[in-house]
Amino acid sequence: MTIPADLKYTKEHEWVRIEGDIATVGITDHAQEALGDIVFVETPEIGRVVDAGEAYAVVESVKAVSDVFAPVAGEVIEINEALEGQPELINTDPYGAGWIAKVKMSGATSELLSDDEYTLFTEE
Amino acid sequence: MSQSSASQKYSAVSGIQHEEALLFEHAHEAAESINLPGVNRDVPASLQSFARQTPANIPGLSEPETVRHFVRLSQWNHGIETGFYPLGSCTMKYNPRVNEQVVRLPGLAHIHPDQPEDSVQGALALLHELQQWLGEISGLPHVTLQPAAGAHGELVGLMIIRACLDARGDTHRKKVLVPDSAHGTNPASAALCGMHTVELKSGPDGRIDLEALKQHLDGDTAALMMTNPNTAGAFESDVREICDLVHAAGGLVYGDGANLNALVGVARPGDMGIDCLHINVHKTFSTPHGGGGPGAGPVAVNDTLAPFLPVPRIIKNGDIYQLQHSHDASIGPVLGTPGQIGVLLRANAYIAAFGRNHLHKIAEDAVLNANYVLHRLKGAYDVPFEGHCKHECLLTDTIQNRHGVKTLDIAKRLIDLGFHPMTVYFPLIVHGAMLIEPTETESRETLDAFCDAMLEIAAQCEAGDTQALHDAPVRPIRRRLDETQAARNPVLVWAD
Repeated sequence: MTIPADLKYTKEHEWVRIEGDIATVGITDHAQEALGDIVFVETPEIGRVVDAGEAYAVVESVKAVSDVFAPVAGEVIEINEALEGQPELINTDPYGAGWIAKVKMSGATSELLSDDEYTLFTEE
Repeated sequence: MSQSSASQKYSAVSGIQHEEALLFEHAHEAAESINLPGVNRDVPASLQSFARQTPANIPGLSEPETVRHFVRLSQWNHGIETGFYPLGSCTMKYNPRVNEQVVRLPGLAHIHPDQPEDSVQGALALLHELQQWLGEISGLPHVTLQPAAGAHGELVGLMIIRACLDARGDTHRKKVLVPDSAHGTNPASAALCGMHTVELKSGPDGRIDLEALKQHLDGDTAALMMTNPNTAGAFESDVREICDLVHAAGGLVYGDGANLNALVGVARPGDMGIDCLHINVHKTFSTPHGGGGPGAGPVAVNDTLAPFLPVPRIIKNGDIYQLQHSHDASIGPVLGTPGQIGVLLRANAYIAAFGRNHLHKIAEDAVLNANYVLHRLKGAYDVPFEGHCKHECLLTDTIQNRHGVKTLDIAKRLIDLGFHPMTVYFPLIVHGAMLIEPTETESRETLDAFCDAMLEIAAQCEAGDTQALHDAPVRPIRRRLDETQAARNPVLVWAD
């Protein structure tokens, strides 16, 4: 299970890459492993304003349907359209090609963990 | 362990099992198999413009070919009448034959919902009696039999709660709290009623965490939806305090009655503080599950919510049973008839067969059977929450994970050994969940055979013979299906 050092994480197993005021968000390797094969991703509408901690996307695996919560507040400015035809990108490359959305941050964030803190959290 | 030794012990064997093509693939002649006498095939001139120009694509088959097709397909099926069916939270209990005799009585089978009330007094009397029974069993005296399924009952229950809140002037209350162990229908029902859900994290014992509940209760709270016992098979022992907290915050408590089988005749949701409950008659009261036929999910409510029940209501006026078409602040009709009579009468027959003094045996035997299974499998399988369970026991695949074996492998191997798998990967609050609900209708011999199979799988895993588990099932007509491909690239239509 990989936990890249340059990302921040939430206790809901989302990751966020913050570059300036743009946050790229997705679900962690741990999350995709627990969910199993992802078969459908419901991405948010571009322009939607989300609160930190608000459910903004849905991932469906062969086992379960799960909400994905926004690690940061802001406006959705881009979504990963490739997920529509290839939901498995979340399984094969959760931190890269499996990103879910880009959010223009408005300030508030969920409690964000460092890679070390998230590693400890998943080991609990 | 070799398959031959397993086959001596368990009932699953290979035999004359037929591969079966689609009807269209079978077809070998354009002509139909039955010639109906006296059918005039000429289209009258006045209807010529509607005559089809190309032949209908109806497969040409003889009668025996058609019969064999459907009988063979039916033999691929597994039902409660074929064998043990321990799906957790589904209460797959036996459907007694006497129920079928009751609903086939001509006076019940051949009536129509639009008949005059005075010509169906017997049927209305039985439905009214069922309302009384369900009111007493749930501790919520006012009952509607209309909802046509458990999920429909949930929706109707929340519509009633919504109507009550609106009548109180609490139109702004839109937040519905749903524990993370809840059935997936709960948030769906809330959303359909225009409310939004907030997930409550379970505590370390798999029960509702009072602190988490308090955190989320506020002036926007419309309701808490709770299942008791919950889907981890645990009784919500704080239920009274939970209901008091919700009521104090101005909200109402919806009870998901899916697990009523653990309580029937012993404890009553209404006495626990629940305001509104749906009842799955196909679970607790032994009516057939699904199959596309009519279902029923009656809803029982307390005095506060009674004015909002759907109409028509079945009432007794002196010695006469009537359909009351308008009532206080009713949410209106939720079905085209007063209820799905066939399935409701089966439920009534089941309750009558036990009677007031013996209904508690249903819950007691269901709980005993689940605890027997839990006791036999504890140690070989991880038990995430300590203590006795109610009507279903929850295990995980943590011990088997060390050998690379997962819940899905265990479930598939059970098929080879002659058992329908338990519910897998639900509830979501534990990793690799296996939820086993034997119900009260299984004998100790059946429970032992199932536990033996589970223990054999655990032993096979410990012995390092994991390939057989990953390959399973090898005996049924279909090997392990590719669920991922089926979901990602479903083929839903047949085309030449």
